[in-house]
Amino acid sequence: MSVEYKISFPHMGNYYIPIATFVKNTLNAKICLPPKITKKTLELGTKHSPDFVCVPFKYNLGNYIEALENGANVLIQAGGGCRFGYYSEVQEEILRNLGYNFKFFNITSRTFKPLLYYKMFKEINPMLTIKNFLYSFYLIYKQIAVLDKFEDYIRENIGFQINDGDFKRLEKKFHDELITIEKIKDLKSISIKYTKLLKEVPINKPNDCLRVGIVGEIYVLMEPFSSCFLEEELAKKGIEVKRYINISYLLFSKEHKKTNTLKLAKPYLQYNIGADGVDSVAHSKVLAKKGFDGIIHIKPFGCTPEINCMPILEKISEDYKIPILYFSFDSQTSETGVKTRLEAFHDMLLMRKEKNKKWKELT
Amino acid sequence: MMKDKIKVGIPRGLLYFKHEVLWKTFFEELGCNVVVSPETNKENLNKGIHYSIDESCLSAKIYMGHVDWLRNKVDYVFVPRIASYSKQNQTCTKFFAMPDIVENTFKDIKILKYNLDIANGKTERAGFIKLGLSLNKNIVKVLFAYRKAKYKQLENERKQTKEQEDILEKTDKIKILIVAHSYNIYDKLIGFPVQDYLKKLNIEVIYADKASKDESIRASYKISKSLYWIYNQEILGAIELYKEKIDGIIFLTTFPCGPDSLVNDLCIRKIKNIPLSYILIDELQGEAGIHTRLESFVDIITARRLRLCL
Repeated sequence: MSVEYKISFPHMGNYYIPIATFVKNTLNAKICLPPKITKKTLELGTKHSPDFVCVPFKYNLGNYIEALENGANVLIQAGGGCRFGYYSEVQEEILRNLGYNFKFFNITSRTFKPLLYYKMFKEINPMLTIKNFLYSFYLIYKQIAVLDKFEDYIRENIGFQINDGDFKRLEKKFHDELITIEKIKDLKSISIKYTKLLKEVPINKPNDCLRVGIVGEIYVLMEPFSSCFLEEELAKKGIEVKRYINISYLLFSKEHKKTNTLKLAKPYLQYNIGADGVDSVAHSKVLAKKGFDGIIHIKPFGCTPEINCMPILEKISEDYKIPILYFSFDSQTSETGVKTRLEAFHDMLLMRKEKNKKWKELT
Repeated sequence: MMKDKIKVGIPRGLLYFKHEVLWKTFFEELGCNVVVSPETNKENLNKGIHYSIDESCLSAKIYMGHVDWLRNKVDYVFVPRIASYSKQNQTCTKFFAMPDIVENTFKDIKILKYNLDIANGKTERAGFIKLGLSLNKNIVKVLFAYRKAKYKQLENERKQTKEQEDILEKTDKIKILIVAHSYNIYDKLIGFPVQDYLKKLNIEVIYADKASKDESIRASYKISKSLYWIYNQEILGAIELYKEKIDGIIFLTTFPCGPDSLVNDLCIRKIKNIPLSYILIDELQGEAGIHTRLESFVDIITARRLRLCL
């Protein structure tokens, strides 16, 4: 036991905060956060990835390489229902081929089992007690909930702030404080404080603003860089954005249970179509029923579960007369192209709204 | 009075090549007329492209083309859902969704299906019984049909494995193992040109999917421990089983196959000492390009063999 562990993990949105908190509280080891995702990260990842693998793989690999260059020696990867479950083995092989030396922890499992991870973490930190582990687990469970609630509010209102950058500044402060917490008590006080501050930010939100729902693959939904900052672009145009999927939804929400989402997706789906495809269908239907103005479906290029759900989304679009815009992101996607298409979509939604209004007045 | 026989259409694509005997025998035993769509041609492909999302894999597009061909020609189209064979493995998510995709794309066809998803407690036998009963037959007949079909299928698989192993032992020709899903290698448009050209070059073509399935899956753990796509395990294992006896490996994949994108890359990194080539086929493929690559690959193997002999 002479080597000091430096733990690193790939980025996904702001979820480095709960992971960092968890690692800090349980492992008693240093955290080596990979630098924020930039074009360089993606280039590095793309260079060493298989050519038509989905884009989250490339981002993850880029993150790992940058972290390893910064001195990390323990890497963590999770796993899931689609190709994501096989990421870890291929990434480990690629990184070893590149000549790096590290320990690789693979938290692949079909279901979420905290006790299984306890054994794994105990390997790194033999002093870890089960009480401490479960407490930390509970802590980040709460922390993720607070983080997601905060982001949800921002997503709905950032388009209507009166002073530019108010929300961004507040969010940064919030993150800086959130990452330092050690006890549930701290979390509660932070939560109360920032909810109050959030409500105090001046906004000017009209009642009939355009409302757009975003559905799709989880990584590009949660990592803004990978979707060319799509949500921000929408906000700039004064659109309220609704997104159901976040980590608390995926890991802890009861609505995410297969049978529940399948029920929501009826009559369009009879079976689970893999990974989070059912969620995309179910949410699109819910959004359409709620009378949203449009839906944006985003996915990495070649994401099979999301491609599976696209014919069904098209049918929903037809049945409920709701426009759906499809994006697929890869390492070559240009931001300008995305912007142009969004602009056209926005114009179309505005015109549609106007037309519907006139129609209502006439009848 | 004899009633008209029910016409069941089976698209010649995806899992048809794996379960040909099972499916055909089952429906025939139940007294149905089985119509299989003809070999893939350019028209199938164009129709398939028309009815698919652009980013679907080529194999799935071709499948949609076959489904389209069967429209209006049969009473039912058979589109099963095969998701997992045990708790530890699964198939590609494309197969999870095939019945739903077909139903949502084509409004005017009725589909027949069974659901095989052992991870969620849906066994093949129960699926077939349900399927048979939906055709209005008595249960004894259905059970009998399933047993007979299953037996024939297994028999056929064993025979294929045996034949291939005999060839491996006997022949002196250069042997190249093709690692590809059965729906790619046996397809007239995707794999057939490759097979055909190799045979013209006097090569003995060995098929990875003909290896014994159980042995293959066990052997595949030597290459990859955490692999959970069962069809990939089956064809990867063949590399491990046959590696002493073959002269080269060709990976044949359609663009953009999800599982293959990762698995093939891992194999290329891990397999040493055997020449291998990686052929990726998409809908715009020209044959000349493939021929050149195959020819040069065969040249390399021949030269290597000569050198090893000397």
